[in-house]
Parts: sequence; C-alpha cells; structure tokens
Amino acid sequence: MNKPAASPAAARRAPNPAHLALLPMALTALVVYLGSMLWSLRISMSSSRSLPMQDFVGLAQYQRLFANERWLHSLHNLALYTPLFIAASLVVGFLLAVLVDRQARAGGLLRAVFLYPYALSFIATGLIWQWLLNPELGIQQAVHGWGFAGFRFDWLVDQDRVIYTLVIATVWQGAGLVMAILLAGLRAIDADILRAARLDGVPAWRIHVSIVIPMLGFSFATAALLLLTAAVKLYDAVIAMTQGGPGTASEVPAKFIMDHLFGRANIALASAGATIMVLTAVALLAPLLYARRRALRASR
Amino acid sequence: MKAARPPRWYADPARLGLAALAVSAAAFFLLPLYVMAITSLKPMEEIRLGHLFSWPTQLTLDAWHAAWISACTGVACDGVRGGFWNSVSIVLPSTLIAITLGALNGYALAYWRARGAALLFGLLMIGAFIPVQVLMFPLVRMLGPLHLVGSLAGIVLVHVIFSMPIMTLIFRNHFAALPRELFLAARLDGAGFLRIFVLLMLPLSVPMLVVAAIMQATGVWNDYILGLVFAGREHLPMTVQLNNLVNTTTGTKLYNVDMAATLLTSLVPLAIYVISGRWFVRGIAAGAVRG
Repeated sequence: MNKPAASPAAARRAPNPAHLALLPMALTALVVYLGSMLWSLRISMSSSRSLPMQDFVGLAQYQRLFANERWLHSLHNLALYTPLFIAASLVVGFLLAVLVDRQARAGGLLRAVFLYPYALSFIATGLIWQWLLNPELGIQQAVHGWGFAGFRFDWLVDQDRVIYTLVIATVWQGAGLVMAILLAGLRAIDADILRAARLDGVPAWRIHVSIVIPMLGFSFATAALLLLTAAVKLYDAVIAMTQGGPGTASEVPAKFIMDHLFGRANIALASAGATIMVLTAVALLAPLLYARRRALRASR
Repeated sequence: MKAARPPRWYADPARLGLAALAVSAAAFFLLPLYVMAITSLKPMEEIRLGHLFSWPTQLTLDAWHAAWISACTGVACDGVRGGFWNSVSIVLPSTLIAITLGALNGYALAYWRARGAALLFGLLMIGAFIPVQVLMFPLVRMLGPLHLVGSLAGIVLVHVIFSMPIMTLIFRNHFAALPRELFLAARLDGAGFLRIFVLLMLPLSVPMLVVAAIMQATGVWNDYILGLVFAGREHLPMTVQLNNLVNTTTGTKLYNVDMAATLLTSLVPLAIYVISGRWFVRGIAAGAVRG
C-alpha cells in the first residue's frame, strides 16, 4: 500500500507535505477513535454519575450492568433481532437480486424500486412502519374493513412480538442494499458456467442453489458485514417506531447507553455498556471478516 | 434448419411466475410509500374510518401546509421548515469538507510515504465499525470546552469525523487503481504534493467525487443521533424535528400531518436517489469494499 515516494531525497529536505495532509486523519484516528475508546474504558471503571470521576472501582460497574434488568433485556432483544435481521435481509436481498437479474427489460426499474427504501432515514422508516402497523387505523383495521374481522396484526403493541416489527421495517429498508451488492456479484459470474449448466439440463433453481450461491460467498459476507454493523448500532429506528416500548419490550443496548449518558446521568454505567458493545461487535465481526477474506481468496 | 423460436414470455409458465413474483415484490416495496402519500392527502375524518389503503375521497394539501408551517416540533410550532434549512446548512459544509479531506487522505496514502500512515489507516478502518454511542460521551467532553457542542461548526466537525473512515477508504482505493506512471511523470516534471493533487488527481477523480458527495449528502441528511446530541437547539436537523413532531406531540395525533412531514423529510434523499440513479449504486459498491 505504501509504495516508496518518487524522490526520497526531496522528501527528506522539506517537511513532508503528506504528513501535513494526513494530520486531520491522524488526529481523528488517535484522539477521537482510540482516545475516546480508552477514555470510555476508563470511565467504566470509575464511580462517575453525571460528571467523570477519577476514582477506580474495578469491574463494579460491569457487575451492576449485568444485574440490570433493562440491560439484560436490551441484550436479549439485540440477540434476537440481529440474526433475524441479517438472515431475512440476505434471503430477501438474494431473491430480489435474482428477480432483477432475470428481468431483462424491467430490471433497471425493479432495482430502483427495491433500493429506494435504502435512501430513506431510519427515522422515516420507523415512522412509516409505525403508521402501517398502528393497530387502530393501520393494516389490521384495513383488513377488518375487508370483512376479516378475526384478523390480528397488533405486534407493535405486543410485548412479545414488537421486536419482529423492527425486523420487518429494517429489512424493508435494507434488503435493497443486499440486492445491490449481490447483483454486482451475480454480474461478475462467468456466463459460460451458467450456460453450460443450462445446456446440461440443470433446472434453474438448482443452478442457483448449487452454483450461484456458493460463487457469491464474498458478496454475501460483505453484505452480512454491513448488516451486522448496522444491527449493533440499531437506535434511530427504535426511537422512531417504538421508543423502546411497549414498556421496555423493544429496548436495545445502543438506546440503553444513550439513555444513561444523557437522560439518567449515569455515565459510568453507560460506558460499561459501551465497552460491552464494542467487545460484542469485535467478537461478531472478526470471524465474519476472516470468512470474507477466505471467500475472496477462494474466488481468485 | 430453422431454430425453434423461443416461446413468448406469456406462454412460458416459469417466466410468467417470475414476472408475477417481481410485480408482487415491487408492490410490497412501494406500498409504504403509497400509504404514506395518500395518508398525507386525506383529512383526519377520513383517516379515522380506518381504510388505510383506499384512495382519498377528498384530496387536501392542508396536512402538507401544516407540516411545513405550523405543526409543533416540541416547544415551537412552526413546522419542519426550520429543520429543512438547518439540514441544508449542515449537509453542504459536511459534504464539501468530508470529500475534500477524504480525497486528500486517499491521495496521500496511495502515493506518498508517511511514517505510521498504514497504522493510522488501519486504526481508522477499525473505527468505522465502532458504534457512535461508544464515542459519544468522550467526544462531548472534548468538544464542550471548545464551544463546539450545540453549534453548526460542531455538528459539521462531528459529521466529518465519523465519515472520515469510509471517505478515506473509497478514495484510497480509487487512487491506488489509477496507473502509477501518471504520478511518477508529474513528479519528474517537478510538481509537488498539492500541485499533483489539484491539477492531476482531482480532475481524474470527478466521478468518484460525485459518488462520494452523493453518499455523504444522503448519510448526513439521514443522520439523527449526531444531530440530536451535537447540533444544539438552534441547528436541529430535519430528522430530529420530524421525530419530535410525530413522537412527542400532545393532544390528538394528526396522522396526515405526520406522514406529510415524513415525506417532506424524505424528499431530499429520494430526489438524490432518483436523480443520481446508477451513481447511488456505485457508491454502495465503493463503500462495500472494506475490510
């Protein structure tokens, strides 16, 4: 990546302009990313409430965190949401990619339709689905109006099902992204391989399952990486759609941290949550990054 | 021998099935937009009937007017128009500065030797995966004494900081893919760091600059959490005002106004999406090559 500069002698004489140019990046990387992380870690080991304290209480905040009902509930929700969101986005995104790929004439238009939700904010997404799923005036009521009086779709106000409404809304928003990434991968597959399979009389579904999907390994891993990053950050959509409710049924870690930082003035506990969040993200992302590297090597 | 003519699409059940599937999928994806649009055009009396999907019997733009001019977004009741202009004033500098810095970083990383640059870049790339909530409090404490929390400069700075990993990455990849001979020839001609950047590299990067601008403008417009924390009362972006309008109004809920405000807030990214077309997709491709 860092190839030798054209003229090392000239670079030694004057102050290196590249150093100067990279100063904002150095400050961002060292002060903001690394510095903030370490600071966050330090605060999580203090007894800080609304102001940072300099004392050291070891892992006491972490013990409190994991005795905190709301935090445990948030983690549980995220553990439920993340695999569902990623799996559903990948499946829907793949089906959409195949649909777009197979429609020679309408492909461009279809792609535009499937991708537009991705241009919307999570706030708008959450608000749209809050309205659609409104049990009094939304989809449920409309279906009642069509004569199906027994129809129930009140997940938004159902403590046990509200998390699935977040999955629905965010999959609607993000499936287009998966589609776009997989489409690029699909177009890169050698058409001769597919033609040969078709000439051998292999049915289309079999071609997709046995040839196309394995060849898309890298694209799938890339999409999963972006989805996972988004899932861990899940916040805006919750704020817009459910505000963590009903009750605390749709609380998530990112919201727990924000609430304790700004609303409840318990920055040490929030920082402990933040540290756990980073560790979780790293633990989940590392194997995915590794798998993605391997898929890349395999495809070469 | 004459080749058998392929069957017409409507005579082929498999293709017919696929087409039907494509149409239903498209309908599912468009439905929320349709419902949002018709809800915003109905008077409240009609919304209360509960016919979510039916075309308005009485079309009215009152809700749009209210959402823009007079709906309450917290304490103030002058619609989301203030947020619109706040967002515009945040998006323009955030985009300009972020792509300039990203291009400069990418160019320096791809062509110039700078000690520790690879390590810093690696650190920055890891930073891209860290949830913003984790960095939030230290950043507030750092920017507070500089009077940057709750100001336009502060929110722009924060946007530039959080977009730096992705902007740097796409430009580094872009410059690394250009033929190195161009750079070497310019060096032989005696051109320096900035001259090569401005006169040679930027003109070669116009498509990438456009792609980056589209990504950044959309991302900043759609941001909620950074605006909430760093923009301050005077500069609250449209997304924050929108959420306040819908989720914290007391009294009767005006769903038509809610949906009009949601549409108004979404018009800018939707316009960018529709106008930019393939460029938007290129941004996704460029942003996806991380790790």
